[in-house]
Amino acid sequence: MTLVNTLFNGLSLSSIILLTSLGLAITFGLMRVINMAHGEFLMIGAYMTYVVQELFSKFFPEQIQSAYYFAAIIVSFAVTFALGCIMEKFIVSRLYGREIDSLLATWGISLILQQAARSIFGTQGVNVNAPSFLQGGLNIGSCTFSYNRMFIIGITIFCMLIIWAVMYKMNFGRQMRAVMQNRPMAQCMGINSKKVDMITFALGSGLAGIAGCSVALLGSIDSTVGQSYIVNSFIAVVLGGVGSLTGTVLGSGIIGFASIIFEKYTSSSIAKAVVLLIIIVVLQFRPNGLFTIRSRSLDE
Amino acid sequence: MKKLNKLMALAVAAASAISLASCGSSNAENGSDSSTVTVGLLHSMTGSMAISEQAVLDAEKLAIDEINAAGGVNGKTIEYIEEDGASEPSTFATKAEKLINQDKVATVFGCWTSASRKAVKSIFEDYGSLLWYPVQYEGMEQSPNIVYTGAAPNQQIVPAVEYLIDQGYKKFFLMGSDYVFPRTANMIIKAQVEATGLEVVGEEYAAMDQTDFASIISKIEASGCDVILNTLNGTGNVSFFKQMAEKNYTSEDYMTMSFSIAEEEVKTIGADILKGHMVSWNYYQTTDTPENEAFVAAYKAAYGEDRVTSDPAEAAYDAVYLWKAAVEKAGSFETEDVLAAIKEGDVSFTAPEGTVTIDGENQHLVKPVRIGVIGEDGLITAVVETDPVEPDPYLTTYDWAVAANIQPLE
Repeated sequence: MTLVNTLFNGLSLSSIILLTSLGLAITFGLMRVINMAHGEFLMIGAYMTYVVQELFSKFFPEQIQSAYYFAAIIVSFAVTFALGCIMEKFIVSRLYGREIDSLLATWGISLILQQAARSIFGTQGVNVNAPSFLQGGLNIGSCTFSYNRMFIIGITIFCMLIIWAVMYKMNFGRQMRAVMQNRPMAQCMGINSKKVDMITFALGSGLAGIAGCSVALLGSIDSTVGQSYIVNSFIAVVLGGVGSLTGTVLGSGIIGFASIIFEKYTSSSIAKAVVLLIIIVVLQFRPNGLFTIRSRSLDE
Repeated sequence: MKKLNKLMALAVAAASAISLASCGSSNAENGSDSSTVTVGLLHSMTGSMAISEQAVLDAEKLAIDEINAAGGVNGKTIEYIEEDGASEPSTFATKAEKLINQDKVATVFGCWTSASRKAVKSIFEDYGSLLWYPVQYEGMEQSPNIVYTGAAPNQQIVPAVEYLIDQGYKKFFLMGSDYVFPRTANMIIKAQVEATGLEVVGEEYAAMDQTDFASIISKIEASGCDVILNTLNGTGNVSFFKQMAEKNYTSEDYMTMSFSIAEEEVKTIGADILKGHMVSWNYYQTTDTPENEAFVAAYKAAYGEDRVTSDPAEAAYDAVYLWKAAVEKAGSFETEDVLAAIKEGDVSFTAPEGTVTIDGENQHLVKPVRIGVIGEDGLITAVVETDPVEPDPYLTTYDWAVAANIQPLE
């Protein structure tokens, strides 16, 4: 029974890391933009959930209160998608190919967004109540499977399917991959690479918004909430191999399960150290991550 | 070599120019006019601790405004300079030095975390200046240049554990954030519990920014404990209690006794999750004294009807009034005179929590202890209320603590 519990906890933690990494896998993995403000998009998504919850409790009747959460997912995605568009257009697009500059610029944006959150929502954290159908957990034998966590696993799978469909089944995905792989050639073929860049970046940001909406169920929301998830996400993307979505899935799984299993037998600080040690060893032998994209270009 | 010398000379010249410039500015600042006295307020207005320190800062400003409205201290109006410690101990140290050295403040009210207090302690000692520290802490410290207005461990932790033992709890699980306060607190709790022949069945620490408590919760389940002693700080509490709730646990399944959850935190975590759980402090918003009625009303009038008062905010409010009492007794703003007045051991204030007196020996407060239960409305009501307890930061009057030879963690 404890084994089932451990596996479920591992799966749940992996899905949370994966959900927060998916957006990063696109902006950092595919586009190679080190977006330090990615965590703040997650924070904005979480705050949007809170805002939608408050609006619902003011303007809508009791019976449909629980539906707020679905509205919140859409609003979170829409807002962070729009912010991603704006940020790409005015800042990131001017800094392509200048990694250090874009790192500093996006870090500045992250500080501005954190302070803005404090000014708008106050320094005290705010709380999102899980909708009634997600409260509590399902008891099977001596195990309890929390509805929250099952729901997050569901959202993660849903987001992955959407990304997969967009990237490999839709025309836009084909354009996106073309631009990322060989920009001049794609431009010669008549692809509007600026537009593709903007939508790709916005898509990654929007996924961070959905992730924020999900983690709001698990803890409190304050201006630093993005920071607590972003490090694990970067590690997951690097471990899996920058540019590979399958790699990100595997990277998140390794970090999630390893954390839970080592924490079971040691303490949480030691578990963290052990997980980082595993990552260092893996990167020693596979410096480009678990999955590497083979490419013919010379600068890689 | 010549080049190096030149460079050195340039560096020396630049350094002396900077130090001259700073001398100039401090001379200019020094000329405060005689009808006012300046104090420093040193708290985190940004960073992870801003969440908690804002309430304390607000309480200090409220006390200063009230004192000014009533005619000031020794005929002088209090002015304050706010500095932001930014949740970084090193920033606290720089800002403390600035307040003392450059702004020449009469005293400083500030800090929250033990790390920030330890960072500024030696600065206050070196400059012979005085810090008023308003938060309950782990004890094992006694600086002649700090007055501690929050609880020492024997005014919060020890009575809470005594109460739990009286109530018949037998298996204790210790859980906290991974830094000096929880680790020292748990060392004390462990010694106390084991001295009575009961059992500590688990001890776990979470990183300050930990968001996933699934592993710790499964360890709690496996330990078979009947009460959890919780010294988590900050946002960890929200994640922990939410994740307990999602496994359908209430205070009936696992009772918790928390040492860092006050009214502010209850508001964030949600009373529906926390109802029935226990906490230990010296003051609650519901404390029934005429002084508290006035304090709560004034706090809400100044900062909004939805704000709540809490133990640290009340201790910070007391600190300003106690400083006023000490200054009036000394008849002087000089640190040595104020400390000499405190040493006599009768500087007191009729505070919202009841009368508090500064112990002349160890500069902690004599204050009552209250064990509380969180209600459905988010307010905490005391189930046990003691007479004022003498502070004992090193727990020297407890045989079990002496036997366990508890040492401060540095």
